[in-house]
Amino acid sequence: MAGRARQLNLAVGAGSAAAAVVLALTLGTLGAVAWRAESAARLGPSDWAAVRFTLLQATLSALISVALAIPVARALARRRFAGRGVLITLLGAPFILPVIVAVLGLLAVFGRAGLLSQFLGRFGLPPVQIYGLHGVVLAHVFFNLPLATRLILQGWLAIPAERFRLAASLGFSERDVGRELERPMLREVLPGAFAVIFAICTTSFAVVLALGGGPRATTVELAIYQAFRFDFDLGRAAGLALVQFAIGAAAAGLALRFQVPQATGGGLDRVAGRPEADSPGRRIADTAWISLAAAFLLLPLGMIVLRGAPALFGMPPAVLAAALRSVLVALSSTVLALALALPLAFAMWHLRGRRLAGWLEALGYLPVAASPLVIGTGLFILFHPVVDPVALALPVTVVVNATMSLPFALRALVPAVARVEGRFGPLADSLGMHGQARLRHLHWPRLRRPIGFSAGLAAALSMGDLGVIALFADPEQATLPLQLYRLMAAYRMEDAAGAGLLLLVLAVALFWLFDRGGRVNADT
Amino acid sequence: MRYPIIAAGILAIAGAVQAREKPELTVYTYDSFVSDWGPGPQVERAFEEICDCDLKFVGAGDGAALLARLRLEGERTRADVVLGLDTNLTATAADTGLFAPHGVEVSFDLPVAWDDPLFLPFDWGYFAFVHDRKTVSDPPGSLRELAESDLKIVIQDPRSSTPGLGLLLWVKAAYGDAAPELWEGLADNIVTVTRGWSEAYGLFLDGEADMVLSYTTSPAYHLIAEGDDTKAAAAFAEGHYMQVEVAGKVASTDRPELAEKFLRFMVSDRFQSIIPTTNWMYPAVVPAAGLPDGFETLIRPEKALLYGSEEARRMRDAALNEWLGALGN
Repeated sequence: MAGRARQLNLAVGAGSAAAAVVLALTLGTLGAVAWRAESAARLGPSDWAAVRFTLLQATLSALISVALAIPVARALARRRFAGRGVLITLLGAPFILPVIVAVLGLLAVFGRAGLLSQFLGRFGLPPVQIYGLHGVVLAHVFFNLPLATRLILQGWLAIPAERFRLAASLGFSERDVGRELERPMLREVLPGAFAVIFAICTTSFAVVLALGGGPRATTVELAIYQAFRFDFDLGRAAGLALVQFAIGAAAAGLALRFQVPQATGGGLDRVAGRPEADSPGRRIADTAWISLAAAFLLLPLGMIVLRGAPALFGMPPAVLAAALRSVLVALSSTVLALALALPLAFAMWHLRGRRLAGWLEALGYLPVAASPLVIGTGLFILFHPVVDPVALALPVTVVVNATMSLPFALRALVPAVARVEGRFGPLADSLGMHGQARLRHLHWPRLRRPIGFSAGLAAALSMGDLGVIALFADPEQATLPLQLYRLMAAYRMEDAAGAGLLLLVLAVALFWLFDRGGRVNADT
Repeated sequence: MRYPIIAAGILAIAGAVQAREKPELTVYTYDSFVSDWGPGPQVERAFEEICDCDLKFVGAGDGAALLARLRLEGERTRADVVLGLDTNLTATAADTGLFAPHGVEVSFDLPVAWDDPLFLPFDWGYFAFVHDRKTVSDPPGSLRELAESDLKIVIQDPRSSTPGLGLLLWVKAAYGDAAPELWEGLADNIVTVTRGWSEAYGLFLDGEADMVLSYTTSPAYHLIAEGDDTKAAAAFAEGHYMQVEVAGKVASTDRPELAEKFLRFMVSDRFQSIIPTTNWMYPAVVPAAGLPDGFETLIRPEKALLYGSEEARRMRDAALNEWLGALGN
């Protein structure tokens, strides 16, 4: 029993230490911000315009994503075709896709010199504009339409196939099925999907940095950046950071209130026979929705590969140096993310049922509401008087990236730890298997899959991150996403295309390596 | 037998030390100055020939962001010289206490008298809207006509860019209290507001807008470097706001002599003759060879507008709020 007690103490101690780090980074930096904002000038009309724009673009992005996702999800739910599984897997890809790369791809399709404008030009139509509100919303829909589709598809597939069969035998028309089966499901699923996407869009920074800007298209996140980089007005940055935190917390609270459908879980390829929707017209409509959605997602990615490939070899040394820097940052923040997530997951298991476990869990998910720019502002205020914040640009990026990926790691690890300990823990206890032996024989073989998956996510997210680094970075210490943004801003589109492809490849490769490494020879 | 190896090693180390001992001068400047086609590469070569040093340009955004960068880094900055502020920013820059007197005396060919002890001008020009004669056959003759037209323009953010700030003060100087109305008129012409001049000019050249806020001297680039005479700057009846671009020595520099040497070089014939055909501005001291051919084709505004640096600082915040208000809704 002594071994067990020691193990409990160790887990709880390590977990609490990890929790303290997260607490310091989120609420601690917020405290620093609040302390500094006290002496701040009051927020002006342009700041409130930024608040309005933040809410407007998030609302529009979420509404459009969800509205478009309904027919796409319905089509995916009732059709069977070759490549369906691959397409559904691909719907998860935007999650690890670096935002700035996606923006580059969207520019190639929807920009003034892009595919769509060229197509319109053939008919004498004027080219389209991507800068401003609609560009920001477009990019957010690109990222969140797949997420919304997956969430809503879950809802559809959760309706037991037997009910559709019953409906068919009762001679239900499509309208009847919609009223009796689909609409009740949508009423349950849609608010959650909307809330999650709304919350994601309120903290989006890189999209607005690249496609927004100007007084008409500035979010609070961008306004923080501007207060920092344009005016170096710390008081205003702090005031805005408080506003951002309030928005983020309210949006996250909203998302948690609604039952968010679980995006993970199996059973995605089970298609119920749907005679009521089998008319040729319905089939054509469904095919069109699926094709349109696939084209919308795949065209920008294709353009990145197409344009980037020629420039991939012979990239400027600055890009290669930035790539190396980014890989190191990504690997470091992966290690740190696991070092925070694993102790937290074990501590939560050992403390299960007690109030402290609930606190730990809440804390682990706190970074969802936090904004990297708020954390960055807070860290700057804390460090500025003592050390050179510019010299800390990369370490700060590592720490912030690790924190931001913590909720995703916890989501994979907490149930896995609970499963392993719940099933084999008592047996291992009775065998006196503690410490290293327990780790090696019990935990590692069974946890390496979720660990690999979490590590892959953390690495890919960190690799593609363009947030806090934009606040601190030295002109010569850019990460690859920042370097890419600079190339785009300087209109060096060829180099940008090459750097974009390189970033895409690195992010996907990091995810694949970790995820794959976790699966090979894994027991579960 | 090992001695030659050791000796070679010592020599190599000594060589490395010597190479490292070559003093490095770090100059923060705006992005377009360091670009391949900007003055940076030529200036670097020319100065390194005479200074026995390693001159390093670091691009830190556009002019106004440059000042914010320096304030962010404070006294710990690695910059020895900051090049690319303008007179609209020098009062704010002087207040930071981060700059030291330059101690250089020279007679300038500037349209204004110069006696700033902290900042030294290296070039100047007039802001103007540049267009392509092929697409805009009948350019507007004033800011007001531009605001009333359907032309699409790209401008720069006054918070990050010196041309952006210049336009802000241009409108203020020409329209005073009526400036917000003019901005409201311009609002529907503006395609996007970029962070810096490079982005805006790139968008214009790529066909994303009919006109771009730049300089009366910008068409000289297309004429001289590309043999293309289709680009022109529109002369505006309200007059044109001027820009005098300056550099200053950072007070915390550990190489004050070298920084001063650079500033002296900056107003010398060698540097000044690089400026017109790389930075596409008027030199602060006209070189012995005069202005390059082609400059005589440029419009010369009849009326020049310019606030003193103290005045510009006083006007800035109110004008900025008007701008944000007019364009934000």
